[in-house]
Amino acid sequence: MPNNTDEKNSTMKSPDTMGSLVWRRFRRHPGAMAGAVILTILILSVTLAGLSPYDPEKSDIVNRFKPPSSSYLFGTDGLGRDVLVRVLHGGRVSLSVGFLVVAISLSIGVPIGSAAGYFGGWVDSVLSKVIDATMSLPALMFMILLAAILREIDLPILKSNSRLTISLVLGVLSWPTAARLVRAIFLTFREMEYVTAAKALGASNLRIIISEILPNGLGPIIVESTLGIGYAIMEESTLSFLGFGIMPPTPSWGNMLDNAQEHLAQYPWLAIFPGLMIFLAIISINFIGDGLRDALDPYKILAQIDE
Amino acid sequence: MGQYIVRRLLQAIPMLLLVSILLFALVNLAPGGPLSQFSRSRRMTAERAESLKRQFGLDKPLPVQYIVWLVGNDWMAIDTDGNGITDSFGTRKGVLRGDFGFSYQNREPVLPQILDRLPNTVYLMGITLIVVAIVAIPVGIISAVKQYSAFDLTVTTLSFMGQAMPEFWLGLILILVFYVSLDNPVTGKSLLPGGGMYTIGAEFSLVDRIRHLILPVSMGVVGWVAWWSRFLRSSMLEVINQDYIRTARAKGQNERKVLYRHALKNALIPLITMIAIDFPYVFTGAIVIERIFSWPGMGRLYYNSATSRDYPMLMGVLILGSVVILLSNLMADIIYAYLDPRVRYD
Repeated sequence: MPNNTDEKNSTMKSPDTMGSLVWRRFRRHPGAMAGAVILTILILSVTLAGLSPYDPEKSDIVNRFKPPSSSYLFGTDGLGRDVLVRVLHGGRVSLSVGFLVVAISLSIGVPIGSAAGYFGGWVDSVLSKVIDATMSLPALMFMILLAAILREIDLPILKSNSRLTISLVLGVLSWPTAARLVRAIFLTFREMEYVTAAKALGASNLRIIISEILPNGLGPIIVESTLGIGYAIMEESTLSFLGFGIMPPTPSWGNMLDNAQEHLAQYPWLAIFPGLMIFLAIISINFIGDGLRDALDPYKILAQIDE
Repeated sequence: MGQYIVRRLLQAIPMLLLVSILLFALVNLAPGGPLSQFSRSRRMTAERAESLKRQFGLDKPLPVQYIVWLVGNDWMAIDTDGNGITDSFGTRKGVLRGDFGFSYQNREPVLPQILDRLPNTVYLMGITLIVVAIVAIPVGIISAVKQYSAFDLTVTTLSFMGQAMPEFWLGLILILVFYVSLDNPVTGKSLLPGGGMYTIGAEFSLVDRIRHLILPVSMGVVGWVAWWSRFLRSSMLEVINQDYIRTARAKGQNERKVLYRHALKNALIPLITMIAIDFPYVFTGAIVIERIFSWPGMGRLYYNSATSRDYPMLMGVLILGSVVILLSNLMADIIYAYLDPRVRYD
C-alpha cells in the first residue's frame, strides 16, 4: 500500500482503536464523505420540517399549480399544497421507513441466520428452506399482495396506512438477505480455535453466538444494512407510487410522484422534486455504504495495524 | 451431472409446495377472506354470500380448500345447493393440472388470461434483457481492463447514478422529454409515443413497433445496466488478479490474449448470477414499466388484479412467478456446475 506512510506515523503516536481506524479510512473516501454530508442535511431538514408549523396536508385552492417561485420554492400541487413542505414531510416518512425496514429485517434475519449457521444440521436445512422459499417469491408482486391484504384487515397496531405496516411489508421480504449473510459468517467462524476454546471453557451456545462469533460479522452486517436502507427507500417509493404504500393525503416521495403523473405535461415540477429527493437520498446512502465497505474491510484494517 | 439435475429438480418440489401453502394461507386467512371484495357491494345479501362461498368452495375448511386448489375436486362428491346432501362431483381440476380457478373480475378461467398477456411481456422484457447484455458486458469489461481511466470513472459514476435512479421517476422524465416536450420536426407530433405497444388502428409496421419500444426499454435498461456493469467490472478485476493470469503474462502471452481469452471467459461466469436474478422478469413482467407505459403485459394484469382484489388471478401469477424464479435459480446452478469445475455437486 503506497499511501500508508502518513498513517504509519500516526499509528506510532497513539494506540488506535478500531473506530478511529475505520473513521480514518472512511474520511479518505470522497464519495462517502459527500454522501454522509448530504444525508445528514436531509435528515436534519426533514426532522426540522416535522417540527415546523407548516402543514403538508393544508390545501389552498387559490394557489394551486403555482410554478416554483420565491414564495413556493418547489411550487404547489393541485390542491395548492406547498411541494417543498410536502417533499420534506414525505422524506420523513420515506427515511424512517428505510430505517425501520432494516431494523425489522435484522431482527428477523440475524437470529435465523445465526441459528442456521451455528447449529447446522437439520436446523440449518429447515431454516435454509424457509430462506430460499421467501427468496423465490416475486418480490414486488408479493409486497403488493401483502399490502392489499393488510389494508383490508386494519388491525389496531397495524393501521393500514402507517409506516410500521409498510415497513413490515418490506421487511418480510428483505430479512433473507440479512439471514444469508449472517449464516455465511457463522459457517466461516464456527470452526475457529477460539470458538472451540470458548466451548471448552463451558460457554453457552447463546454466549458463543452473541459475543464470540457475531462481532466478526459486524463489518459486513453494517455495510449490508446501510445499503438496505437505500433499497427500502426505493421499494417504499415504488409501492407508494403504485398506490400500495403510504396513502394520500400523507405525503411520501412515491405517492407524490403517482399524483404528479397525470399532470406531467402541464405541471412538471410536481414530478421533478420528489424524484430528485429519492435519487439524492439513495445515492448518498450507496456512497456511504461503499465507503464503509472499504473502511470496514478487516484485511485492510489489519494491514494498517501491522504496518 | 444428470443425477445432480434430477436431485435439484426434486428439491424444488417441496420448495414450491411451501411457497404455495404460504401464499394460500395468506390470501385465505385474511379476515373477510378472499371474497371480502364482494361484501362491499350493496346488493350482497347473506344468502348470496353463502351461495358465492359454496360456488368458490370457500365453505370448506382451509386444508380441504388447499387440496382442492392444488389437485382439484372432480374426484370428490360435493354439495352444490347447500342442503347438506352431496349431489355431484366437483369441476375443479386443480393447479397441478393447469386449473387456476376463475377470476373474480370476469368469472373467466385465470390461466388463459395469463397466457394471453405473457407474449407481450416476454416481448418487452426479452428485448430489454438483450439490450442490457449488449451494453453492460462490454462496458463492465472495458472499465475493469482500463481501471481508473477516464472511461472507468465515468462508468462508475453513471452506474452509481443508475442504481440510485428510481425506475418510475426515470419513466416519467422520459415521457416528459420525449413525448411531452420534444416534437418530430417533420410531422410536428410527439417525437416518441408515450404508451402502448403500437398505434391503435394503424396497420402493422415495424417502425411503429420499435418507436413504441424505445421509452419502456430505456426505462428498464438503465438500472439493470448499472448493476450488471458494476458487477462485471468487479468480477473481471478479481479474475485479473488471479495467479493464472500472472502466469499467462509471465510466459509472454500478449496482453490482448491474456485479457480476452484467459480472463474474459472466467469473468463472465458470475454473470450467470445476474441473469438468473433478472431473467424471471421476462415472464413476470415489470409492473412499474407496464403501468407507466400502459403496456398490456403480465405486470399490468397483476396490478389491475391487485387493485380489484382478484385473489385467484394474483395467486396464479404469483405461483407461476415463483416457478420461474426457482427454475431460473436451478438453471443458474446447473450452468455453474457445468462451467466451473471447482463447484462440487455432490
